[in-house]
Amino acid sequence: MAVWFIRSVNIGHHLKEKLGLLGVLNNSLQHHYCRDPDAISSNSAYIFSIRRFESTKAQQQLHSMYEDDDQNQVLDFPGGRVMLTPEMGFISETPEQRVKCYRVLDDNGQPIMSSSFPEVNKELAIKMYRDMVTLQTMDTIFYEAQRQGRISFYATSTGEEAINIASATALTINDIVVPQYRESGVLLWRGFTMQEFANQCFGNKADNGKGRQMPIHYGSKKLNYFTVSSTIAEQLPQAVGVAYSLKMDRKDACVITYFGDGGTSEGDFHAALNFAAVLDAPVIFFCRNNGWAISTPTSEQFRSDGIVVKGQAYGIRSIRVDGNDALAVYNAVKEAREMAISEQRPILIEALTYRIGHHSTSDDSTKYRSANEIEHWRMVREPVTRFRKWVQWNGWWTEEDESELRSSVRKELLHAIQVAENVEKPPLADLFTDVYDHPPSNLYEQERSLRETIKRHPQDYPPNVPV
Amino acid sequence: MATRLNRLSRWHSVFKRGYSTSADEHKLQRSGKTVNLFTAINQALSLALETDPRAYVFGEDVRFGGVFRCTTGLADRFGKSRVFNTPLCEQGIVGFGIGLAAMGNRAIAEIQFADYIYPAFDQIVNEAAKFRYRSGNQFNCGGLTIRTPYGAVGHGGHYHSQSPEAFFCHVPGLKVVVPRSPHQAKGLLLACIRDPNPTIFLEPKWLYRLAAEEVPEHDYMLPLSQAEVIREGSDITLVGWGAQLSVMEQACVDAEKDGISCELIDLRTLIPWDKETVEASVKKTGRLLVSHEAPVTGGFGAEISASIAERCFLRLEAPVARICGLDTPFPLVFEPFYMPTKNKILDAIKATLNY
Repeated sequence: MAVWFIRSVNIGHHLKEKLGLLGVLNNSLQHHYCRDPDAISSNSAYIFSIRRFESTKAQQQLHSMYEDDDQNQVLDFPGGRVMLTPEMGFISETPEQRVKCYRVLDDNGQPIMSSSFPEVNKELAIKMYRDMVTLQTMDTIFYEAQRQGRISFYATSTGEEAINIASATALTINDIVVPQYRESGVLLWRGFTMQEFANQCFGNKADNGKGRQMPIHYGSKKLNYFTVSSTIAEQLPQAVGVAYSLKMDRKDACVITYFGDGGTSEGDFHAALNFAAVLDAPVIFFCRNNGWAISTPTSEQFRSDGIVVKGQAYGIRSIRVDGNDALAVYNAVKEAREMAISEQRPILIEALTYRIGHHSTSDDSTKYRSANEIEHWRMVREPVTRFRKWVQWNGWWTEEDESELRSSVRKELLHAIQVAENVEKPPLADLFTDVYDHPPSNLYEQERSLRETIKRHPQDYPPNVPV
Repeated sequence: MATRLNRLSRWHSVFKRGYSTSADEHKLQRSGKTVNLFTAINQALSLALETDPRAYVFGEDVRFGGVFRCTTGLADRFGKSRVFNTPLCEQGIVGFGIGLAAMGNRAIAEIQFADYIYPAFDQIVNEAAKFRYRSGNQFNCGGLTIRTPYGAVGHGGHYHSQSPEAFFCHVPGLKVVVPRSPHQAKGLLLACIRDPNPTIFLEPKWLYRLAAEEVPEHDYMLPLSQAEVIREGSDITLVGWGAQLSVMEQACVDAEKDGISCELIDLRTLIPWDKETVEASVKKTGRLLVSHEAPVTGGFGAEISASIAERCFLRLEAPVARICGLDTPFPLVFEPFYMPTKNKILDAIKATLNY
């Protein structure tokens, strides 16, 4: 039974002061609710209860308990001490203001007046820009290759080049990357070659994944980039385990794990953030909020103020950044890395951006969003152009550099595709290896049986897989 | 209640005797103190933590010793950053374990009851089992071992009695191991922990306190994917695993009184399973009976039955018999009716012989 205590005999006085404390001592008391219109703000719903006393004796007893009237009374419960409040109030479902978004360059690539940030030097800026252009070009050409039927599938990162390259720039090669699938730019930055990308997309015998997965499922042990899998958000709790390992081994390194707005609805997202906070794991949770999960806009994905607000719910320090501002992303990740390692804690970064491309080659996004919207982001809010403006403004990049870069990258890509297309596929034996560290007896039998079948019916099998 | 006490005392006497073993492993037996199952497991975990500084034990409530006391004393001995509680989240426990294992650590995860393993099913099937294969062997999570209590306990009902082994036996890339006794559990668990493949180790909770056996105190491992003939015979082959073996052994003893000679095999590893040992036995006896607590339809007995029928068809004198749990959720009051009891097995042995 709820017990309400009155702090003053003068009920009217207290109503004016918007306190609604009541004492209920016996069943004969009547009560009703009323709303004090002055007390209710636009965002909150406070309800005051009023009770009429039938006896004054109890009232006096209560009064003496609170004579010293310490308003800052504290309660002790498992989980710590909390201040009590006599006012019943619900935290609003929406904050008064959305969390602000950190940006450093305006839409024209000009530094915002009041921003202060460690700038990247010329060498770094040029590498960043070159890789953003390379990623952009690679996406265009591989997408085309799929359309021509040369590879079976592709997914672009168009619109997210700043997220890819700038976040990679802020890390060291010793930081472990646990990706979703739209972060091939991070791999590019670390040194994965055009040829290696092409080999994986064609699933040829030079693919270090041995032709087992769909295109864009890259992985590189050498570059500390965990192999991509199509499953959504499963990598998040794994990233926490990876981070815990770095922590226990006392490495001067952290983990970064990427996911989209859609991925935050998966249970694994909540599991991962909670574990990371409890276990003090040095992991950067990087959310690419690009507005779309295939055809599902964020309005159908969650009702919170994006993803950044969820960090505090788990006890994780968080920031929202403009994902199309390469310098802002660079700064945020740099700072996050420093905090993650020196304080041994997780950090959540929500990068707002826009998925300019379709979800993948199996998708036509004009079916669920307007072509105008896509064009707007492609022409006006595009991150590569914006960064180029900044680099040019610094005098570090010319039009000649631009055309030279684009044509050489294009040539290199087309060559890589041509080479990859002509490399033979991995041998049949690779179907059976790596299921376990050594094949068990049932797999030996199955391989034997399969080879007999192939001899009898060779026409059933692709000729470019060596048996 | 009376049935339960009878069962308790019968099982207790069985385990005091201990099991017969094959000659090779005989020298490991009969030395060391008599301990029960949870102590044997505790010893294995302790040795794992001692011999590899990058081994970790984690899960719900493991810090204070665990709800079955398997992790007693480990946190005190090895520190709370190596033996630690996780939040209540199975998908998190296994996902975290995969990441830890992918960095070369031995990640020994506990799922409090096998009945609660399903939230982790995605991480186990889609991630752990495929981690090595999909990366072209650049990465692997072989250091992951998931241990979990399974099986009937007399009063567990739907959610403290399940035997979910069959779900995992259908997943290439995993190993599934079930010990029958304290001595077996210590050796098999150490083998699982050190095996470079993700493994699920199902511990028969019924035996945690009841089973008592001499267990060597030193570090030893038992081979995976090797079945063990624990009783030799010539008329019929019986195959089982875990707690069910003691029930089957009782049926074998009773059958012998009627002149039936039974060969009893503990499969030990369910996948990859030792077809050769079972096949050799059935070629000798001509008859097979498989028994497990899990429901009969789609249970692992079906895989064994089909494989042996393929391999030994001409030698079989009778159809393969399966004496298993019923196709119902695991009931409370009706547990004695649900279970594959000694007499159900004995009846089936006789029916098979008289086919």
